[in-house]
Amino acid sequence: MAVCVAVIAKENYPLYIRSVPTENELKFHYMVHTSLDVVDEKISAMGKALVDQRELYLGLLYPTEDYKVYGYVTNSKVKFVMVVDSSNTALRDNEIRSMFRKLHNSYTDVMCNPFYTPGDRIQSRAFDGMVTSMMIQVC
Amino acid sequence: MEAAASGGCGSGPPLLLSEGEQQCYSELFARCAGAAGGGPGSGPPEAARAAPGASTAASGPVADLFRASQLPAETLHQITELCGAKRVGYFGPTQFYVALKLIAAAQSGLPVRIESIKCELPLPRFMMSKTDAEIRFGNMAELHGTKVQIPYLITEKNTFKRMDDEDKQETQSPTMSPLASPPSSPPHYQRVPLSHGYSKLRKSTEQMHPAPYEARQPLVQPEGPSLGGPGAKPLRHQASLIRSFSVERELQDNNSSYPDEPWRITEEQREYYVNQFRSLQPDPSSFISGSVAKNFFTKSKLSIPELSYIWELSDADCDGALSLPEFCAAFHLIVARKNGYPLPESLPPTLQPEYLQAAFPKPKWECALFDSYSESVPANQQPRDLNRMEKLSIKDMADFPVPTQDVTGDDKQALKSATDEALPKDIKQQLIFVSATPKDSNSLKARPRSRSYSSTSIEEAMKRGEDPPTPPPRPQKTHSRASSLDLNKVFQPSVPASKSGLLPPPPALPPRPCPSQSEQASEAELHPQLNRAPSQAAESSPAKKDIPYSQPPSKPIRRKFRPENQATESQEPTTAVGGPASVATVKPHPTVQKQSSKQKKAIQTAIRKNKEANAVLARLNSELQQQLKEVHQERIALENQLEQLRPVTVL
Repeated sequence: MAVCVAVIAKENYPLYIRSVPTENELKFHYMVHTSLDVVDEKISAMGKALVDQRELYLGLLYPTEDYKVYGYVTNSKVKFVMVVDSSNTALRDNEIRSMFRKLHNSYTDVMCNPFYTPGDRIQSRAFDGMVTSMMIQVC
Repeated sequence: MEAAASGGCGSGPPLLLSEGEQQCYSELFARCAGAAGGGPGSGPPEAARAAPGASTAASGPVADLFRASQLPAETLHQITELCGAKRVGYFGPTQFYVALKLIAAAQSGLPVRIESIKCELPLPRFMMSKTDAEIRFGNMAELHGTKVQIPYLITEKNTFKRMDDEDKQETQSPTMSPLASPPSSPPHYQRVPLSHGYSKLRKSTEQMHPAPYEARQPLVQPEGPSLGGPGAKPLRHQASLIRSFSVERELQDNNSSYPDEPWRITEEQREYYVNQFRSLQPDPSSFISGSVAKNFFTKSKLSIPELSYIWELSDADCDGALSLPEFCAAFHLIVARKNGYPLPESLPPTLQPEYLQAAFPKPKWECALFDSYSESVPANQQPRDLNRMEKLSIKDMADFPVPTQDVTGDDKQALKSATDEALPKDIKQQLIFVSATPKDSNSLKARPRSRSYSSTSIEEAMKRGEDPPTPPPRPQKTHSRASSLDLNKVFQPSVPASKSGLLPPPPALPPRPCPSQSEQASEAELHPQLNRAPSQAAESSPAKKDIPYSQPPSKPIRRKFRPENQATESQEPTTAVGGPASVATVKPHPTVQKQSSKQKKAIQTAIRKNKEANAVLARLNSELQQQLKEVHQERIALENQLEQLRPVTVL
């Protein structure tokens, strides 16, 4: 379903990035990188309002010809970016939301681990497993 | 034949070793070389990492090793000759490997020939004698004190880890040579294939190698106890380090009944874990916070990724803290890992909290809450909540657990918010709170991390909870309102003006601004009401005569209120009396008077109760208003802080 999933820290460096193993994975990395600007734009747009009022799910960040990029921001400014295939039209907004919710929950589980220092790369197996379940190959 | 054999050896027959064989042979070689050279630790691994041909194995340990293969001495002689050590006078790597292969062949029943080593053979088996145990013990003294305990924990687990014979042989032979670290240890344990698991992952446990090695020695023999006894004695000399672990040596028999359950925790192990838990956290039903557990487990010298993974496995509810069963599972996994078992993909069923709680109920513990552990997983939340509630209720004089207290760490915030949510739901009954804890555990899993609850809100909720009981004492049975309405209609055609105290139908709650005014107003109304009440009973005209009678009953009520009101009230009755008296009067009937006096009293009591209720509610309201102001102020302060912090966080 998702082609690439990335977790970006507050300072805009990646904590976790994983894509479907295709020949051109770097392309996904670039897409995630460029989407960070869009994410920043969206969260600054409601900067005046209270953080509580800002919704965590940012929705479609930008579509490209082949892919769509969705974003999600946590209250601690950790961003989740997901790239999905445009041809997969069956994916609805609700499903994307639920995927982000699962990501967020798994991320919180990783945070709970006292051996994980925030800012490290995420190496949790449970997190990997969850992301794998989201990236089941449709092709 | 001998010449041919030795010639064959001299020319160096191509020795085809499988990867597994290569591994274990190199380790054995390094071990023999290292043992001869003394000291565990850096020496042997370096020797192993260097070209295997760089060193030689001393004959002493090699002889021991060969004897451990339990082949008859004659066979061993033959092997030694065949491999060429006798010829060259030392055991170089080639000779050693050939010898090992020949041993394997001999053990599998093949004749001891050069040809036999050309084919695929299982790894040679070595049963070490206790003398070796003692030799190894000399190294123990160098080991770090506290951590010696851990390798001994799982002696029993090592016995029958894999029931496959091949695996068993493979497991045993690598376990024989724990001193060597293989040259290429992948940093990620999860990718290590099983057969190489133990040997490859010893890097972090180099210090412990002799210890677990020694621990395993008696176990290699199926008839454990006989060897375990003498083997255990030198261990017990180190009793100061080992403490309760020496008891575990006798558990080998117990664990031989769990051939495929290396993840099962035995009683003694459990006791040890529980003692360790107690040393970190005196209350067995409470939790160990993440940081405390981290410090403790870091002492085990496992790598951080491994510890992180162990935590992931054992913290079943992902709350950042370890309950007792979770702690036992984590400890067990660490010990298993240190003894070379690769970590499982998921938590084994025997290590799951429910299983552990069910399998090891602890009646001997003084904490009565722990008995409730016999329930399912949410139960571990339950005693925790109960425990928290008990502790807190002692502190709170309102007999209400105040969650802001007794928070041992941020890890508990989730629970606190969960309890906060539970508390307002059913304030009066803590039993219902207990039944609500499964809800809490679910909500914990959903992780409501809001921390907006404060003690004041709980008190307000408390008071709100108390509010409902008080209004009911304001019964409507005497329908005072209705009576006043009727009386008002009755009186309006008469002298409304003269009754200065007369107000339009009195509201149930007199106007708020000043309770005293309201009381005064209500008092002022009292007499017209009293006056009206008898008049309602009788006709309007006879009521006027009753007013003098109404005055004595009204007087005791009057005296209840403040004395300054009496002056005004005394005036009003007089005017009231004067007013109605000027109206046409009719001779009152005695019977009517009695009825009216009874009604009067009833109405008076009702009015009194209503006024008391009014007063209480008024006070309550003012207090709540005060609290509301305080909370508002708090909120403003927090918002200010947030505003101050915001420029830092916004990118």
